[in-house]
Amino acid sequence: MAILIKPETKILVQGITGDFGGRHAKLSLDYGTNVVGGVTPGKGGQFFEHKEHRVPIFNSVHDAVAATGATVSVVFVPPPFAADAILEGVDAGLDLVVTITEGIPVRDMVRVKRAIAGRKTRLVGPNCPGVVTPGTGPQSHGGCRIGIAPGYIHKKGHVGVVSRSGTLTYEAVFQLTSKNIGQSTCVGIGGDPVNGTSHLDVIKMFNDDPETHGIILIGEIGGNAEVEAARWIKANVKKPVAGFIAGATAPAGRRMGHAGAIVGGAEDTAAAKIAVFKECGIEVAVTPSDMADALLRAAKAKGVTLS
Amino acid sequence: MNIHEYQAKALFEKFGVPVPKGAAAKSVAEFDTALALLPEGPTMVKSQIHAGGRGKGTFTDGFKGGVKFCKTKADAKELAGKMLNNTLVTLQTGPAGRKVQTVYFTVASDIKKEYYLAILLDRATSRPVIVASTEGGVEIEKVAHETPEKIFKVYVDPAYGLADFQLRQLITGLGLTASEAKGAAKLIKNLYAMFWETDAAMVEINPLITTPTGDVLALDAKVSFDSNALFRHPEIVALRDLNEEDSKEIEASKYNLSYIALDGNIACLVNGAGLAMSTMDIIKHFGGNPANFLDVGGGASKEQVVAAFKIILGDPNVKGIFVNIFGGIMDCNVIALGIVEAVKEVGLKLPLVVRLEGNNVGAGKATLAGSGLTIVSGDTMADAAQKIVKLVA
Repeated sequence: MAILIKPETKILVQGITGDFGGRHAKLSLDYGTNVVGGVTPGKGGQFFEHKEHRVPIFNSVHDAVAATGATVSVVFVPPPFAADAILEGVDAGLDLVVTITEGIPVRDMVRVKRAIAGRKTRLVGPNCPGVVTPGTGPQSHGGCRIGIAPGYIHKKGHVGVVSRSGTLTYEAVFQLTSKNIGQSTCVGIGGDPVNGTSHLDVIKMFNDDPETHGIILIGEIGGNAEVEAARWIKANVKKPVAGFIAGATAPAGRRMGHAGAIVGGAEDTAAAKIAVFKECGIEVAVTPSDMADALLRAAKAKGVTLS
Repeated sequence: MNIHEYQAKALFEKFGVPVPKGAAAKSVAEFDTALALLPEGPTMVKSQIHAGGRGKGTFTDGFKGGVKFCKTKADAKELAGKMLNNTLVTLQTGPAGRKVQTVYFTVASDIKKEYYLAILLDRATSRPVIVASTEGGVEIEKVAHETPEKIFKVYVDPAYGLADFQLRQLITGLGLTASEAKGAAKLIKNLYAMFWETDAAMVEINPLITTPTGDVLALDAKVSFDSNALFRHPEIVALRDLNEEDSKEIEASKYNLSYIALDGNIACLVNGAGLAMSTMDIIKHFGGNPANFLDVGGGASKEQVVAAFKIILGDPNVKGIFVNIFGGIMDCNVIALGIVEAVKEVGLKLPLVVRLEGNNVGAGKATLAGSGLTIVSGDTMADAAQKIVKLVA
């Protein structure tokens, strides 16, 4: 069943005519993703062509939804215009808007987050690698890939992965697939301090998804989202969970690449988060190379089969 | 992006946040012109560097105190001469300290009581939070730890903005008198407007003071801005002081590389912030010490890899290099070619361990193996980390 997106989900690409959006729209089409339309104001009526695909471009998300019945969009729009693109997707009544754009001003996201509160649209990101639900074809093709993750490293299966970081997600997925353990859905929630979907939001979805048998939770220094998720896991999740926190060696007060990855106080250090993970029964990966093995340990302890 | 106190106070004045009258000088020749703008009488001299703890700092020549009270303007001029172009070491500068290239003279205010006031983003609510305390002029972390009841917060709804009832909550919390309340309300309202309109990441006033005559003033000012929003604030970008930034970090930013110097001896070159952070962690885990954080981004080019090598080799402490690339979309062979070119161009003599994984990894590994260079290959992050730690030990 997977979460958020399925192979048949109809996807729009906002910013499909840009270099970045176009390149990844092609990769998604190659993966088998059901990309039904692109949105670029002023370019409505044109087509985005790739191999046998001919994807119509619309001037607005509203037009695209009316014509295609799309329920999900992915935003590749440049930072100055990205907040507006998200709000347009929300106003058009999409179920999900996944925002890849990196470098959106915090103030814009504060306003967006307030504006979408209580609306039906879920926002994932910004500054995230996207969401992948692997398919049944070779190298997991036939699945739904929205964003910038490498589709081919996935394998259809029963592990849910949630992370702030792109490459660290790929690392975890690659380890799992190398051990012949597939994934239900992999969600990158992004490295910004204000984002649409938290670790906890995704954990709740994985917990409710019968197809997900185990979870890898990847976090980093800064904020308290991982701690919030861990406490909920302790109280509610029976499935095996493995966790990793990046940034144990990061000095306080320095932003480590991600705008959100900055240690401000005693609570948001890697050591503090790892301590909470342990206290909440999450099997901690001691190094990033240990993420898949940590989940296997957790699964074995609970007598759960992952593959 | 950070700015100096004197720049922050100029912004305060523009937004109607009262500050003591002041003037900055960047050379001895400017001392007289700056002091001429101030009335005769008690004067403060303040070293301008991007670090806190200035008052308790010591200059490298032994002169104590980067912030000084003087009874007269003549005294202020003399002390300013001792600070300018001198290097100030504080708890926040590290042992190397920072060279003082600007001094700021201000009128020394009569203080009735000191308070604390700051505005920043609250991540848990995704809203701006105004933090206030009756305990000003001291470390706010200490107040938060020892007497948390003396700190109170107001969360601002971004759809409505700062409401009057919230101003009243803040003023009541600070225990201000009726005669002080009006000035304080205006100050807080204007400070919030500045925070919001300039895309500030944080504004902090410590201390905020009341005077015996009922005025409310910002005695200090610490302001930083959201670097993602600088594109719409050229007037803020103009305030950037490159002297206050690490030269290697500036060089890195020209190539869209995210670099932060650390104090170890194993240089790291990684794609992605999360992977870069955990590469530092795994080096430490196996007993080594990372020399830097370096994220070449998701789609690193050959030019970026060459620039990255030059930057990390500019650190004399580096004894070995660990390249850790997960090529999801990007071609591992492009990275491998970049590494080979960089190694040849800089004439690398230090041990180099490369862990490549992902797209077209076979060709990438073949490129490295066939290059004739001494490059140690690691299969997993753990394997590669152990190899580099052993090589520099």
